[in-house]
Amino acid sequence: MTPVAIETTLHPLPLVVVLVSLFAGLAIAVLGEHQQRLRTVLNLAAAVVKLALVLWIAILVVGGSVPEFRFALVPGFDLVLRADSVSVLFASLSAALWLVTTVYAIAYLHRSSNRARFFGFFSICVTATMGIAMAGNLLTFFVFYELLTLATWPLVVHTGSRAAVRAGRTYLVYTLGGSALFLLGLIWLYALAGPQDFIAGGSLALVDLDETRALQAIFVLVAIGMGVKAAIVPLHAWLPRAMVAPAPVSALLHAVAVVKAGAFGLVRLVEDVFGASLTSDLGLAQALAVAASITIVYGSIVALLQDDLKKLLAYSTVSQVSYIALGIAVGGALATVGGMVHLVHQGVMKITMFFCAGTFATLLGVTRIDQLDGLARRLPWSAGAFSVAALGMIGLPPLAGFVSKWYLGAGAVATGQLWVVGVLVASTLLNAAYFLPLIARMWLRPAPERWPGGTTPSRLVVFGLVAPALFTAFCTIAFGVLAGSSYSPLDWATEIVRGYVP
Amino acid sequence: MAPDALAVLVFAPLVAALAVIVAPPRATTALALAGIALTAPALWVVTAAVLGGEVVEVALAGAAPPLGIAWRADGFSLTMAWLTFVVVAFVSLHALASFPSTSDAGRRFWPMWLILVASVYALFLSADLFNLYVTLELVTLTAVAMIAIGGAPAAMRAAMRYLLLGLMASLFYLLATALLYGQTGTLDLYQVGERLGEGALATTALALMITGLLVKSAIVPLHVWLPAAHGKAPGPVSAVLSALVVKVTLYILIRLWFWAGGALDDGLAAFVLGLLGAVAIVYGSIAAIVQTRLKMLVAYSTVAQLGYVMLLFPLASTAAFRAVTFHVLAHGVAKAAMFLAAANLLAALGSDRLQRLVGADQRYPVNVLAFALAGVSIMGLPPSGGFVAKWMLLEAAWQSQGWGWVAVISAGSLLAAVYVFRVVALAYAQPRPASSVRRPGTTPRGRFGATSVAALALAVLAIVLGIASAPVLSLIDLGLPPGMAP
Repeated sequence: MTPVAIETTLHPLPLVVVLVSLFAGLAIAVLGEHQQRLRTVLNLAAAVVKLALVLWIAILVVGGSVPEFRFALVPGFDLVLRADSVSVLFASLSAALWLVTTVYAIAYLHRSSNRARFFGFFSICVTATMGIAMAGNLLTFFVFYELLTLATWPLVVHTGSRAAVRAGRTYLVYTLGGSALFLLGLIWLYALAGPQDFIAGGSLALVDLDETRALQAIFVLVAIGMGVKAAIVPLHAWLPRAMVAPAPVSALLHAVAVVKAGAFGLVRLVEDVFGASLTSDLGLAQALAVAASITIVYGSIVALLQDDLKKLLAYSTVSQVSYIALGIAVGGALATVGGMVHLVHQGVMKITMFFCAGTFATLLGVTRIDQLDGLARRLPWSAGAFSVAALGMIGLPPLAGFVSKWYLGAGAVATGQLWVVGVLVASTLLNAAYFLPLIARMWLRPAPERWPGGTTPSRLVVFGLVAPALFTAFCTIAFGVLAGSSYSPLDWATEIVRGYVP
Repeated sequence: MAPDALAVLVFAPLVAALAVIVAPPRATTALALAGIALTAPALWVVTAAVLGGEVVEVALAGAAPPLGIAWRADGFSLTMAWLTFVVVAFVSLHALASFPSTSDAGRRFWPMWLILVASVYALFLSADLFNLYVTLELVTLTAVAMIAIGGAPAAMRAAMRYLLLGLMASLFYLLATALLYGQTGTLDLYQVGERLGEGALATTALALMITGLLVKSAIVPLHVWLPAAHGKAPGPVSAVLSALVVKVTLYILIRLWFWAGGALDDGLAAFVLGLLGAVAIVYGSIAAIVQTRLKMLVAYSTVAQLGYVMLLFPLASTAAFRAVTFHVLAHGVAKAAMFLAAANLLAALGSDRLQRLVGADQRYPVNVLAFALAGVSIMGLPPSGGFVAKWMLLEAAWQSQGWGWVAVISAGSLLAAVYVFRVVALAYAQPRPASSVRRPGTTPRGRFGATSVAALALAVLAIVLGIASAPVLSLIDLGLPPGMAP
């Protein structure tokens, strides 16, 4: 199949959806620390408006149009914000999880200092994430990708402790180093092929290039830039260290913005720039599949060795996010669907677990795995949500994680890459090995006499901590059970992949 | 009308300077602001003419060079003049608060400030070598005086060193001008190159001139005077020194190199200049990283950032010219913001030792934000003017297959990230309990005082330059050197 340039319609909506949270962020910063009520209203209003706008875009896209906004950023190179069906997948995930994360963050930080700064940068993060979702070419992607780095750094160092500042430094070393390579790859690509917008099936397929080595090098440079944020081994070390950040930030890093942006970037790179067939012809798909497989197994093994709950979750993310890369690297319709849909599924599952981990720490002072004993007796709802998400991660039918793994496995078989099935099985066993003991501890062991610590905030705050996790746990179930219905993430991903794989 | 506007550009600040000296102190603010504000419409008129395809020229006193003084404005001069206006306008806003006209320091400050502004404008408009010399001397002398204005011993030492090296450099330049005049019989910047033959004398003259200009532009290894001079000067002065004063000699060098008929266009010399730039980028950045004082850190950052300009000589393409000119603008705005923010933090904290910055964000968020935003541009991260410049420069280096230059540009922005984030991380860090006692600053100010607003406004502008680059670039395109097609 030869990719064809898309018919777009000029529309300000993709720009508006990006700018909404930017203005909210600026307003929050200007309001200052003490306008708590107004800040909360602004935060929630911006998140709701954003979600509504994304829905509006989704309706336009379903109707068959591709709204686009563009202007010249650098001479000859346009900043393109365009909503295609892939954008909508990522944007709706981010916008929906954003809303629940905001609710959670308001509750979680109800006593923290520097909240104006926190929520200001929080909003700028979602601006960057929307920009990444709507980016219509690699330059635009790069601009928002860097903005995301800049806006998340203050969140990582938010507490200002030594450990936080050190984690922030590690984060920058990895992300800025990666982006320097990304930029070189980008310059090289444009020098070779001229400015290009994303096209399903690969914009490079439209230019006739006989530059195997150069294309391979470009792919590697850009993929390293993406791989840092997607935490592909050995570029992952920043992620576990960034766990010193407050729980909503971890949720954000792992499920909504940063890690997802990296994985999403890999999707764009493979499907919309190089195209699956060129990627495979250059031998890059295989390389990516191997890198992703190593990451999946390595992340799970290291997760097994952790005794800190958030560290365990971090390594689990390292492992799980690479399912996305694995899916697109294996190629073929089924595996690609599996990878794309995991973008959403991993998001709702992992965010549930981070919400719960934060709740455990806030209410009971529980941060280590051996402190989880009998926790379900004290916090049955949170423990329930956590367990559902963990079972989903393991891939228990009919939860969301099962759907991803099923499609990945079926895709591997269909394309004759049976070793990938081995990776999936190993990963599933390892997932079970580190998640099942947690569930067993929470539900089966007796509770301790005294909990390690924690606070007893107001009922409203407790509700703000627990409800978001219940909602995302519900999504974990719903996305699995209702996977076959129209407009489910699976249906949407299948629709996208029709454009990628004939 | 446009030639008259050229005269307004120079004479409005100059007349204001004289008026400030004779008028009573309470009129100073109004006079100074009027002198600066009047240059805006003048710039506008000239810009309109240049956009209309004109090259605006005027021969003062009705005599053309070599006897008279010729002024000439094309896209390149205008771009620099606009940078001057923007920086001067915001820095003046800062100076209104930091050098109140009723104070002793203020009475000394404002006349010199206005003369400096007039000389910088005149320099960018000058079309002959001798006139350039005169304006350059005026710029240097007023700059030296303003560094020393506070009278602190360290500042006096720095000013003296700057003065001595600056005078030596001026002598080199003057000698070269005399030699060139002897050889060619003209001082016209745009004619001297055509008439200049080859030979030892011509080479000597050009070498002298370049050396003099490099000293004044503080290009490594001739930068020794800059860090102390920029680091010890009062805030508004540092801002304008880094944003404008070091750029004027680079402007002259670029003019001579690309406009004077190719007299200087020599492959080896170009490579050496580029190499000096590369060394400046790496050395300046590392030196900035190891500083223990904020303003010295910012000053060394200037040493590094000036290096990028030097890459124009080996790359010598339209793309490189655009990139470097844009870099000069972006750096000018961002560095002025950075120095103002640093000066505000110094004033508030009583010291600019980096360790003192711990927890500064909680008390002075506006200035920390201004520093950080300016830092984004200095690092060349998007979205900012610095990014657009870096992108275009990388592209230019890539097109000419200068892989070494590509490596230096990339490394430079990573090194810049080290020193910028070092400062911001300290400001974001939580003070340990023992040191959390409030130390009263010397001049407590409101959160949104004029000084903070000036810093933040310039920083925001540095970011906006990265989004609204198109109109600026179209102005730059009107001032491309002869032989370079847009």
